[in-house]
Amino acid sequence: MSGAFRIPGAGRFSQAKTARFSFDGQSYAGIEGDTLASALLANGVHLVGRSFKYHRPRGILSAGAEEPNALVEIRRDAARKTPNVRATVQELYDGLDAQSQNRWPSLSFDLGAVSDIASPLLSAGFYYKTFMWPKAAWKTLYEPKIRAAAGLGVSPDQPDPDHYSSRYAHCDVLVLGGGAAGIAAALAAAETGVRVILADEQAEFGGSLRFESGAKIDGQDGFAWAQAAVAKLAAMDNVRVLSRTTAFGYYAQNFIGLVERVSEHLRTPGHDLARERLWQVRAKRVVLASGAIERHMVFADNDRPGIMLAGAARTYLNHYGVAVGRNVGVYTANDSAYAAAIDLKKAGVNVAAIVDLRDNPTGPVIDEARALGIEINFGRAVIRAGGKLRVSSMTVQPKNGGGERTIAVDAILMSAGWTPSVHLFSQSRGKVAFNDETKRFVPGTYAQDCVSVGACNGTDGLSATVDEAYAAGVRAAKDAGAKAAKSSKPKVDASESWSRGMLGAAPGAGPDTTVKAFVDFQNDVTAKDIRQAVHEGMRSIEHVKRFTTNGMATDQGKTSNMHGLAIAAEVLGKPIPEVGLTTFRAPYTPVTFGAIVSHARGPLFDPTRRTAIHPWAEAQGAVFEDVGQWKRAWYFPKAGEDMHAAVDRECVAVRKTAGLFDASTLGKIEVVGPDAAKFMELLYTNPWEKLEPGRCRYGIMLREDGFIYDDGVVGRLAPDRFHVTTTTGGAPRVMNHMEDYLQTEFPHLNVWLTSITEQWAVIAVQGPKSRDIIAPLLEGIDMSDEALPHMSVREGKICGVPTRLFRMSFTGERGFEVNVPADYGQAVWEALWAEGQKHGAAAYGTEAMHVLRAEKGYIIVGQDTDGTVTPNDAGLDWAVGKKKPDFVGIRGLTRPDLVAKGRKQLVGLKTRDPKVVLEEGAQIVEDPKQAIPMKMIGHVTSSYWSENCGRSIALALVAGGRDRMGETLYVPMPNGVIEVEVTGMVFFDETGGRLNG
Amino acid sequence: MLLIRCPYCEEERPELEFRNAGEAHIARSANMAGESDDDFEKFFFIRSNPKGIIYERWRHMHGCARFFNAVRDTVTDKFVMTYKAGEPKPTKLPKNSNEVVAK
Repeated sequence: MSGAFRIPGAGRFSQAKTARFSFDGQSYAGIEGDTLASALLANGVHLVGRSFKYHRPRGILSAGAEEPNALVEIRRDAARKTPNVRATVQELYDGLDAQSQNRWPSLSFDLGAVSDIASPLLSAGFYYKTFMWPKAAWKTLYEPKIRAAAGLGVSPDQPDPDHYSSRYAHCDVLVLGGGAAGIAAALAAAETGVRVILADEQAEFGGSLRFESGAKIDGQDGFAWAQAAVAKLAAMDNVRVLSRTTAFGYYAQNFIGLVERVSEHLRTPGHDLARERLWQVRAKRVVLASGAIERHMVFADNDRPGIMLAGAARTYLNHYGVAVGRNVGVYTANDSAYAAAIDLKKAGVNVAAIVDLRDNPTGPVIDEARALGIEINFGRAVIRAGGKLRVSSMTVQPKNGGGERTIAVDAILMSAGWTPSVHLFSQSRGKVAFNDETKRFVPGTYAQDCVSVGACNGTDGLSATVDEAYAAGVRAAKDAGAKAAKSSKPKVDASESWSRGMLGAAPGAGPDTTVKAFVDFQNDVTAKDIRQAVHEGMRSIEHVKRFTTNGMATDQGKTSNMHGLAIAAEVLGKPIPEVGLTTFRAPYTPVTFGAIVSHARGPLFDPTRRTAIHPWAEAQGAVFEDVGQWKRAWYFPKAGEDMHAAVDRECVAVRKTAGLFDASTLGKIEVVGPDAAKFMELLYTNPWEKLEPGRCRYGIMLREDGFIYDDGVVGRLAPDRFHVTTTTGGAPRVMNHMEDYLQTEFPHLNVWLTSITEQWAVIAVQGPKSRDIIAPLLEGIDMSDEALPHMSVREGKICGVPTRLFRMSFTGERGFEVNVPADYGQAVWEALWAEGQKHGAAAYGTEAMHVLRAEKGYIIVGQDTDGTVTPNDAGLDWAVGKKKPDFVGIRGLTRPDLVAKGRKQLVGLKTRDPKVVLEEGAQIVEDPKQAIPMKMIGHVTSSYWSENCGRSIALALVAGGRDRMGETLYVPMPNGVIEVEVTGMVFFDETGGRLNG
Repeated sequence: MLLIRCPYCEEERPELEFRNAGEAHIARSANMAGESDDDFEKFFFIRSNPKGIIYERWRHMHGCARFFNAVRDTVTDKFVMTYKAGEPKPTKLPKNSNEVVAK
């Protein structure tokens, strides 16, 4: 048996196909096709959760995506625990394991419910007011306690083992919503042959045809027609039909985000299936057929389990074959709840009474209800619901006051009317308009190429809906370029129709301040809270929303926004359109991070760049550091060495014999063409016209504001060819900067730019023995000091492969950089390594490289400079061509602030205690005894232990630094003040003799 | 995600392929070194930041890599037109053809 409340013969699924599931450890039986909600209701379970703030017992309100209450955790295994799943959306599978949330120790006995009693302390905005004193207690006591007590589900604590997929798609007509309107529009568009995508969030298409028992289309029951029509669409080559797919966001230029739940409904999804699939669809035309959402009635204790939307009760009966009670009451302000009462009565459920807030309404459903013998009370209100864990009664009173009467019920079906789902329309930046007659916001001015049809457009009645949708489908296809279509418009034979209803609080919402008449179930916002917000000075609906949190929960106020707005408008004494509607934002329903991230996580999050020599370094046990996307060898520890020992050894080896360094990540750009030198003159501060082919120069690149942008050694290979190097991190932006000027400011120059960073592997060989290591492997290049002086470049062969051999040094030692085609990088490295071994050379990493260059006072752009440093500040004025008429940055350099006295300048710092190594970023002051906040005159940019100098060394930017040589300054640190002396930037081999050593 | 028409590729391509490069039609002086402080301030620091139509530079970074100019409405994000670098600032803009109003 699949539940005591299952009605034999009712519903659309075979009641023989049972599926077992558990809720809070209790085992139940449902049937295949159930949602978790329908299966629980079939077993008489209404109590499924505790509310966010007051921990009030909550039941199932709806039968769809708008559900605010029935949020549960679904567990598949230790890593697959999904919190806040709407039981009304989760399809049942055999073995499903669900747990209730936000309760302790159990759902029916929850200690947190004490906050319901203490609720006068917890009214709207309470956290701004109640917990203000003592101030320090907010962080340590109040906030953690409130956070622990409030809230919904618990995040999973293990990495997500599932995979997600992602697809882009283009179509001519995208139809969002697969009810009667969406299907009719899709049929119309599809028949013209254009590409159509039809998406619906439910497992089955049909929308409200799932519960509208009176609908007949083309001679069939409405739901059966929907299934046949969708089957026909799915069989067409030009149509893609997506069920279980929610359009969550409408972005610019008809770009729609949808999530398809691929395997959430399967017992064992298997590894081949993604859990969810993200669709990013670009559509020429969009048809919005998103339907309408029923509103609840706002009265005292309207949140008791067993109180639900009338349309939902009807869905559970007609679609799932489940009665939501045995003795139900109905509370309504519109006709649609009568249809629910009629269907339930016909199915054998006792309808205790219909309470209708309206005075003497008339209509066929009212007559039918009366004919079935249902008691109907006009002009009356339900002022209170009895019961706690399940509703037990409703108390009825004439709406203008009078005698009360309490009627025993086990469920209350309510309907205040239907709110058009304008969410996606509004997200598309369309402007809604208020229809005063029907009291609803409907699409007004469109901002994109879309059209709304059916209930979401405020169109009432199936016949009018199908007409409008079919015409819209034809027009959308035509606008998207379709030729004339053959027409086969569906014919509506019978339909249901209702509109109107009410907005805001019903009489039962009290003026009494202790009454809890809920507007927003998920965030526990009552009618009183909205009134209080206005009384406390909130005028704008956006302020009321934020103060009360109405509509700010994960359901985004699908059932509550209009009620909240109406109550605020009433208290403000303004008409609703003047108060305005809050902004609808994506996502329509919550979207998992997994769906958005898809495969872009872990190693696929960001590309990893490895040099040609990476495998060798890895085999040597190098420790790597991340530099942008590159992996660079940081240091090469030998057995028993820590980082400090390894770096000291590498630094000493370079200066004693030689070191090999993988410099392949260096950015490299080839500047080629008849105007190459002219271009270089404009992009760099230095003069280039007279640089002879075969020679190199250290170049500085500025921005127009005069600040250093990048630097690097440039070799001139030929009159029309420069081999430019950039910093490792700067390569892409330097290339962009060059292209920008070449294309837009200097397009008259005949120059080509090519990124060659990955074409050439670069092996730096530095140290007194460097020439001896390279020479035996070299062909066609004379390495004598006369033929190949410092700062020169030659092309030839090494190990039989082409090389560009630079004589240059970033260590202050005699040095070379061997460029070889990247494919030969590791082979040439290994050959050089073998030669180096004969001389005792070491491999060194980026850390030793940094120490060695700091010993010589060579700067690193981005470490010793920060975008506010000029060449003069860095002591590099010599590299700025004084006679040049123009270069990028020439005007910036003469700005008043850039030539003013007292600018921060790069200097060296030596600590008084040579063993103390300063912290990079540490601030520098003149007087350590001054009051805090101290006047900071600079900061440390580079700082290392130098084994070669036998002491610590540092570079710093200090105000007026070059006029402070020999001065004592102070670096205040948490453990005491460090005394430093201002020095020149060169700590080792000041005369530079070792470049030729 | 926006669709942007590259005037060189003559195709609408997704925004991901492009990179914004700031306001357009700000010419670098032929006599840069001789610019006054005020003129340099206007050239380098001052940008218009309008509510409405803006003329701006884009680069088809992951396509043809060309810089081009675009006219965009900062309120709707809609691209009114794009044109090649070096072409004059358009004086007449095409009518916004996408605006549709409900019946």
